[in-house]
Amino acid sequence: MRRVAIIGAAQTRFEARKASLAYNELVYGVVRELLDRTGISMREIESMVTASQDAYDGKTISSMAINEVVGAYLKSEAKVAADGLQALLYGAARILSGEFDLTLVVAHCKESEGQPSAITGLMFDPFLQRPLGLEELIAAALQARRYCRRRGVRPEDVAFVAAKAHCQALKNPYAQRAGAFTVEDVLASPILADPIHELEAAPRSDGACAVLLASEWRACQLTDRPVYIVGIGNCTDAYWTERDLAEARALQEAARRAYAMAGISDPAREIDVVELSARYAHEELMAIEALGLHTSPVEFITQDRAPFINPSGGPLCGNPPTVSGLVRVVEAYWQLRGEAGERQVLGARTALAHGAGGICGQNQTVVILRRA
Amino acid sequence: MSEESPTLRIDFLLDTEYQYAVGQYGMRFFTGLRDHARFMGVRCPECGRVYIPPRPVCGICYRELQEWIEVGPEGTIVGWTVVRIPFIDPMTGEQRPVPYGFALIRLDGASTSLYHFLDEADERKIRVGQRVRAIFREKREGSLRDVLYFHLLEG
Repeated sequence: MRRVAIIGAAQTRFEARKASLAYNELVYGVVRELLDRTGISMREIESMVTASQDAYDGKTISSMAINEVVGAYLKSEAKVAADGLQALLYGAARILSGEFDLTLVVAHCKESEGQPSAITGLMFDPFLQRPLGLEELIAAALQARRYCRRRGVRPEDVAFVAAKAHCQALKNPYAQRAGAFTVEDVLASPILADPIHELEAAPRSDGACAVLLASEWRACQLTDRPVYIVGIGNCTDAYWTERDLAEARALQEAARRAYAMAGISDPAREIDVVELSARYAHEELMAIEALGLHTSPVEFITQDRAPFINPSGGPLCGNPPTVSGLVRVVEAYWQLRGEAGERQVLGARTALAHGAGGICGQNQTVVILRRA
Repeated sequence: MSEESPTLRIDFLLDTEYQYAVGQYGMRFFTGLRDHARFMGVRCPECGRVYIPPRPVCGICYRELQEWIEVGPEGTIVGWTVVRIPFIDPMTGEQRPVPYGFALIRLDGASTSLYHFLDEADERKIRVGQRVRAIFREKREGSLRDVLYFHLLEG
């Protein structure tokens, strides 16, 4: 079977408000950096997949406003209005089709320009839910409550996840929020929607990232250190009010498919780095369990066991929507290339990147990456 | 269901605001309008196209754009229409008096077109290829409103 390689990646720093950059400038900056890092010219890149959302950009067909900065003039461009990791799947499919050898995948979002509460509110059912006023955070709070109750997870356990993430982010120059926070600091941060504290929820962010995909033969011409996509799994569950929110069945199934494709039977032993799209701290515990890394996620995180979870700090330390899942791949790529600076996990050979979309993670994607 | 049966409907008001950063290129364009009543474009070092509004990169050559150049204030109509449907003016929130003339204008020195009002709404007096000139407001704020309209020149 053909294989798809990643041969370049870049991301911007995540910030609450990039006031001096228009969104085409934001995207141009990250694409330019990718080209400079790889030495590949835009002329060689044949196709583009972008991820952005009309509601955040305040513009329908949002990809048409960035087509020139992603180099898409008179080329094949397609947009995914979902998490950026789905754009990666689409880009990989383009390579696997044999039609393209180089495909650029780019995601961007400036959450600062719109009103995020109103925008995430549009995800909800307009008949029975939206009239009451609802946003993503509120649904996440209901889920956190149910999950913690069902699994006997204490508030301190969830706060530990958040404290750890912010400590790890101290080594990540792209992080928006970092600090040597303690469990007490997290629990002392304001409650946004009980039981979720401010430091247990991803902040509002502006940012962008880009990944360059290549067919295997083209990758071998362009780099001597490609990273291969060896497993992909994607799964959608029922609407949030129609499933048990304490379970992450879609993530379990997405992981099962990705592991099967990658030939992984014992993920805790075979994976070295995991980058999770946990936008709320409790989601990290749910994911550790659903990914089959440990049956007791609380025990897992407090024991400092391998694989290493979110060396970047994860979404709690900066999370432009849409960019969220794709930037997990950027970080995983750097980890597998040994280019992750102070946060490098030594000897990392296999990485897992996770993306989620929809209310309470209705849609889940797992990608397994391995260095050559 | 019969067409006569009464139907229920859920009303939902979406009143949301965006604050778009105009960016570094946009700053130079809009401050040019505000401070000097000038249209500023950028020229591609490879193909020579001059872009308005200015932007970071040439879509065709993918070269970064850094050479600033003034274009206009005169130009040529490349397409026009006279609008007769009621239209809320997004800049004032009020209904725009109809009819009014709209045109795509290629400013002198530019390779792309600008969309703006004409000071003429009589279809018999407007034509493609006609020369026009931007008329600026006295008090300008750094937005497209700084241009009142384009005036049709004789000939």
